[in-house]
Amino acid sequence: MDKPIVRNEVSAFSSIRSFSSAVWAVVWKDLSAELRSRELISAMLVFALLVILIFNFALELDAKTRGTVTAGVLWVTFAFAGTLGLNRSMAMEKDRGCLDGLLLTPVDRSAIYFGKAIGNLFFMLLVEAIVLPVYSVLYSTNLFKPGLLLVILLGSIGYVAVGTLLSAMAVQTRTRDILLPILLFPLVVPVMIAAVKSSSAFLEGGAMADIWPWLNLLIVYDVIFTAVAFMVFDYVVEE
Amino acid sequence: MEAKPRGLKILEAVTVVLFLISLWMVFFYAPVEKVMGEVQRVFYYHVATAWVGMLGFGVALVAGIAYLRTSKRKWDIVGLAAVEISLVFFFITILMGSIWARPIWNAWWTWDPRLTTATIVELVYAAYLLLRQGIEDPDRRARFGAVYAILGFISVPLTFLSIRIFRTIHPVVIGNSDPTATGNFDMTSKMLQTFLYGLFTFSVIFATLLWHRIRLGWLADKVEQLRLKTSE
Repeated sequence: MDKPIVRNEVSAFSSIRSFSSAVWAVVWKDLSAELRSRELISAMLVFALLVILIFNFALELDAKTRGTVTAGVLWVTFAFAGTLGLNRSMAMEKDRGCLDGLLLTPVDRSAIYFGKAIGNLFFMLLVEAIVLPVYSVLYSTNLFKPGLLLVILLGSIGYVAVGTLLSAMAVQTRTRDILLPILLFPLVVPVMIAAVKSSSAFLEGGAMADIWPWLNLLIVYDVIFTAVAFMVFDYVVEE
Repeated sequence: MEAKPRGLKILEAVTVVLFLISLWMVFFYAPVEKVMGEVQRVFYYHVATAWVGMLGFGVALVAGIAYLRTSKRKWDIVGLAAVEISLVFFFITILMGSIWARPIWNAWWTWDPRLTTATIVELVYAAYLLLRQGIEDPDRRARFGAVYAILGFISVPLTFLSIRIFRTIHPVVIGNSDPTATGNFDMTSKMLQTFLYGLFTFSVIFATLLWHRIRLGWLADKVEQLRLKTSE
């Protein structure tokens, strides 16, 4: 490689390019590993459907109840299935020393964080993409409303941004599988409240003026926690 | 083991005196509230302990940031000390609130924004302690603790905000209050003096406890190092 003679926009641009290619390499690694084993997604999916089944009996999801609790049922399902996925995706790295390999690569640590987070987000969205039509068919309600889909995207981003960071911490402890939900749930309470409230408002056709505060809260949460996780991830994986 | 520092001894004595005076003020100096009666006296320490709770979590945040920047052991010890003390004080706040709420709201508990947020704060910092318990390597324990203290401190205001978008019945005694809240009252000057003095007293109590807990932290550190040395 030639030494850069002049430091200008080109080098800044190429460093962004190398960063994003590192992120995509991590994402691609997770996706192709998953494509071959299909461990994670099938476990998350079956688990999600089981949660809905349990709710079906626990809450007697008849037409009247459904109107008010659908958003809550969906988000509890996503949150539970999400922890399963987050735990697994980090445990996979830790168990066979893959994490050490990743950390040895000469890329910015935050590229690893974003790679893992995007991978986790992808799995979570995939589960949601399957749960939604299944729920729609089972309970004959149409869940495909653009507003709801937006809320699900924003909520999942916030959930995964914190979850990826915390799962990286949890796998390095003695009580790792138990610890992740304990660490994660109290911190994602704002996401859950805002997501449930705005989802049910969209489903019941509430006024946009009432929904905006919740959407804003979700966006603020996503931005703050992605930024903070980006800043502190280095300390979490430091050896 | 080194002897108790002189400053700490003096501070302890001052704390005891301050607290005794504060108790006298709460029970005898401050007048009885007209509507709620004696149970209103809970308010002075309810707010004071809540203040100490929040102060401690603020200290934990600062200590967490300082630890990540400098990786000095002392910041980890300060952070843990602050969280432990605040967890207890915040629990006392909740208990006192319940005692007051039973006659005034006619329920031990409601899912009001402040109450819910207080619960979540307790859960966040309980998770902090559980996280630390699961890690043996002291450096990693300190780093993870610092990261979690920072995350917790950021998420709590957002939680409060998210629940605040619903309506609240919790009285707001300081600042402008919501007329729909149940259990509001205006403070007379004697009440205000008692209240402010209580805040001051509890801040001093916090400082004393923090000092003690930090000393304990150093001793625990020493023990751990000795243990590692003997096991080698």
